[in-house]
Amino acid sequence: MSILNSNIPEGPISQKWSNHKAKIKVVSPANKRKLEIIVIGTGLAGASAAASLSELGYNVKAFCYQDSPRRAHSIAAQGGINAAKNYQNDNDSVYRLFYDTVKGGDYRSREANVHRLAEVSPNIIDQCVAQGVPFAREYGGLLSNRSFGGVLVSRTFYARGQTGQQLLLGAYSALNRQIGAGGVKMYTRHEMLDLVTIDGKARGIIARDMVTGEIKRFGAHAVVIASGGYGNVFFLSTNAMGCNASASWVCYKKGAFFANPCFVQIHPTCIPVHGSQQSKLTLMSESLRNDGRVWTPRKLEDAEKLRKGIIGPNDIADADRDFYLERRYPSYGNLVPRDVASRAAKERCDAGFGVNSEGKAVYLDFKYSIERLGRSTIEKRYGNLFQMYEKITDHDPYKEPMQIYPAIHYTMGGTWVDYNLMTTIPGLYAIGEANFSDHGANRLGASALMQGLADGYFVLPYTIGDYLAGEIMVPKIDTNLPEFIEAEKGVTTKLEKLFNIKGKTPVDHFHKKLGHIMWEYVGMARNAEGLTKAIKEIQELRVEFYKDLLVPGEMKNVNPELEKAGRVADFIELGELLARDALNRNESCGGHFRVESCTEDGEAKRDDENFAYVAAWEFKGVDSVPVLHKEDLVFETIHLTQRSYK
Amino acid sequence: MSNFLSASIGRKVFMSLTGLFLISFLFVHLTLNLFLIFDNSGNLFNQAAHFMATNPIIKIVEPILALGFIIHIIWSGWITLENMKARPQGYASGDQLLKWWAPSKNMFILGAMILVFLVLHLFNFWVKIKFTGDPLLGQITVAGAEMENTYALVSNLFIHYPLYDLIYVLGGILVGLHISHGFWSAFQTIGLSNINWMKRLKYIANLIGIVFAVGFSSIPLYFLIKF
Amino acid sequence: MADKILNKIYVKVWRQNSPKAKGRFETYTVENISQGTSFLEMIDILNDQLILGGKDPIAFDHDCREGICGMCSLYINGHAHGPDTMVTTCQLHMRRFNEGQTITVEPWRVGAFPVIKDVMVDRTAFEKIQQAGGFVSVNTGGVPDGNTIPIFQDDAEEAMDAAACIGCGACAATCKNSSAMLFVAAKVSQFAKLPQGQVEAKRRAKAMVAKMDELGFGGCTNTGACELACPKSISIAHIARLNREYLVAKLSD
Repeated sequence: MSILNSNIPEGPISQKWSNHKAKIKVVSPANKRKLEIIVIGTGLAGASAAASLSELGYNVKAFCYQDSPRRAHSIAAQGGINAAKNYQNDNDSVYRLFYDTVKGGDYRSREANVHRLAEVSPNIIDQCVAQGVPFAREYGGLLSNRSFGGVLVSRTFYARGQTGQQLLLGAYSALNRQIGAGGVKMYTRHEMLDLVTIDGKARGIIARDMVTGEIKRFGAHAVVIASGGYGNVFFLSTNAMGCNASASWVCYKKGAFFANPCFVQIHPTCIPVHGSQQSKLTLMSESLRNDGRVWTPRKLEDAEKLRKGIIGPNDIADADRDFYLERRYPSYGNLVPRDVASRAAKERCDAGFGVNSEGKAVYLDFKYSIERLGRSTIEKRYGNLFQMYEKITDHDPYKEPMQIYPAIHYTMGGTWVDYNLMTTIPGLYAIGEANFSDHGANRLGASALMQGLADGYFVLPYTIGDYLAGEIMVPKIDTNLPEFIEAEKGVTTKLEKLFNIKGKTPVDHFHKKLGHIMWEYVGMARNAEGLTKAIKEIQELRVEFYKDLLVPGEMKNVNPELEKAGRVADFIELGELLARDALNRNESCGGHFRVESCTEDGEAKRDDENFAYVAAWEFKGVDSVPVLHKEDLVFETIHLTQRSYK
Repeated sequence: MSNFLSASIGRKVFMSLTGLFLISFLFVHLTLNLFLIFDNSGNLFNQAAHFMATNPIIKIVEPILALGFIIHIIWSGWITLENMKARPQGYASGDQLLKWWAPSKNMFILGAMILVFLVLHLFNFWVKIKFTGDPLLGQITVAGAEMENTYALVSNLFIHYPLYDLIYVLGGILVGLHISHGFWSAFQTIGLSNINWMKRLKYIANLIGIVFAVGFSSIPLYFLIKF
Repeated sequence: MADKILNKIYVKVWRQNSPKAKGRFETYTVENISQGTSFLEMIDILNDQLILGGKDPIAFDHDCREGICGMCSLYINGHAHGPDTMVTTCQLHMRRFNEGQTITVEPWRVGAFPVIKDVMVDRTAFEKIQQAGGFVSVNTGGVPDGNTIPIFQDDAEEAMDAAACIGCGACAATCKNSSAMLFVAAKVSQFAKLPQGQVEAKRRAKAMVAKMDELGFGGCTNTGACELACPKSISIAHIARLNREYLVAKLSD
């Protein structure tokens, strides 16, 4: 029997959340004023949680590493946010959104959590509208919807191609209101470097002031991790440069289990890598696949000529183009889910049909829809994306097809949480991308924004009360307690250790090396041999890192290299766990594709008999093998079937 | 209304309103001055000048006009000083975005140059007419009314002093440039603009600027070329 | 199509070790830069070179590197966000520069944005302006259904035009008066166009303008430089709306 208790409420799926809300404890207003909560990260989840908790009366301390909460990477989400509003009268419902999400996640998410997500999704839209988020409108003034990959209804709300930005600015404005009112104390340019636990409960954090270099202690009755995902373990990803997993990682090392790290989403439509100096990858919205056709040359010699620049894409006749998604998946065509589209692109490139000089790109062609709909329609739909593409690549997508290639985008795995979003450390919560619970092995488009805001606005503010009701007698946390002193000393020691290696290699070199190992062996297609090799190479990299790292500058000043060194040190450890988890999960599901587990025609094959569980890992020391705990996934409502997009 | 005067937008509103008032004055001024070139006998201009000097309404407006100038000038200095304080250290690579001569960037300098011109202009005519007098300003009779021969004073300056012609042409151009920005900017500041009207107002501003520049400089040029 | 290589360029960059320290320009040579490289990747390469040479790398702000977070800044060769239109520095590419060129890189020079280190500045002033009134005062929960407030499509679009602001500070950095008016106008105008923003319109306009003045930003003289420098091309027509909102609010006091 597992030691993990997911605290899923009793009752039929549609009543679990209401039943739970009726039963959990509530803290009185007078007591809320005495309680303090720390929130790490100010993206959709963090900002919405910090604002909502402060509105309730709690004293909140919010932290972000950027110079403003508004910079969190939620801001970069383009397409939209799902909600089961059924405004389009197309028979959408809470159940349908719930079903689509569980199926899209390839049956590796927790039913009860997903249903709750679908239940609160309509409230999110209402909340955002009330905040003044300028969603797209119809002529009659009502809210507009668009459709998105993997579903049959139109339930996605959007604000041009900047939905994430507008939702984040909405949450940011709510947060600003609370900062102005004094309910939230905002710490920008602060990075959490350790979690402080007292008697097994989360009681505070240690953070570095990134301007002065000072190491500071902060106490609270509960700590909320909303620091996003770990996509940057691959070095190149669509994440922001500063996105990191250190907050989650120190919690893992303090006893919070880390779940399903191998579930990483690879987005099929990103601008391909060029050269070796590239620092990050740029996503082109999934919506482009509505009107673009994906192809590679049919003949190997054409591909070769393209790579050498002898011919251009427009020199290849239609008959010599292989629209491989339409060929392989006639019913969904170019609109297959992200994981399927990504693997298909890799398959073509591996077979030698890649079209850029590196051989790692396929075409996304708008010629056909321009012929069909006219340039102005395409311009109206995708004008800003086309302009962005041209600024970056200097190629005009109206005249020649875009080059695209898959890239790391989102991480479904994360800190393990129960139904209350509490981790295995009492008083420590994880919300948004930082937790693992809602997307299973693959996330549907426009669902990340929904989950972040659901957690922050409508779930955590309720569930955290259940825990804090038991803490009302605990006085303000004294940061001079030995646990704080010790944690601070640990952080200082770690930083000094990194700083004093004084080797010859800047941190980015290690990060790139790690990314290389990860992409090569723990990327889109994984097998036991490669994963074992990856674990070994990552361990060797870690040894080398601590021998040869070079951190310039000063400890007590702005020092981006020192910041990066700390993050990469954690990424190296996380990368190893990721590979371990991928090795353990000998099945293909969602974004996780094991070569050993596929059908005869190369499609992913899930193994529900052996792997219908959440893999939650417990830290046992850097040099020890972590312990695997299984939370069995029980599907009471949805019947498990093999996904097919043929 | 508290702090309105010292608020950044409040300060600008004073510039804007006085500026629009001064533009309306310039319209009257230009119209009257154009009589100089439409009647070589000078009668028309002298009559107009006489009307302006004796009309009671103009007597009331005159100090208001002076006040308008004074507020516009003092406020501009205050605003410029405040704005300079907002950037203690400048850019080594300068500003390559707007052209160096863009009127919008140089309103204070244009204004200062116009002020110098204004002082000279007042000494040339206003001071002489009002206070010191001048031999050229003999009494004449036009259509039965006695008046000063202002036309003689003006035409003499423009016919015999080419340097003054040059200065007055320059003055006209400076005023035109100043207004080509000032006009639409005034509407922008008091909030009477939007994305459509901004284009129209900018167009009108350029038109007014050209009318003032051409109108005012045509007078000295007329006398220089004709006589 | 391979990108052209710039064999040698010179980067003249502002170095300042701390807020109080005296700064100076230093010029570095960077070799072999592909024109397909982004400007910040070029700085990454330069920094790598500096670190390996035992020097302190250049501290600069950046994060998303796709033109939306607003973290990157830099005043490059006389242009906020460099010599390209409608981009942030992170979207600027080296194809805008020529062989042998000297590229001058400066921090935003705005009194209200003090330098933290090198070309990194402190834009907390923008935060304070937003905290003064850049919000609709609604708590989480208890709000009406999203469709109970119909909004004219054109109004929603215009609100979105304003809401596209990324808070990078290029407007204030490029303005000869270091004025934050476009930034403030973007927020005030967004809410002014929406029914949700009407309730607090007067309080918002007054509070945000007062905070902007208090923090030492200059006043707007309508040069229009801000809208040209703005990576999101936010129109100064929004400033006209801010002026209107402010005057109406003040006149009714």
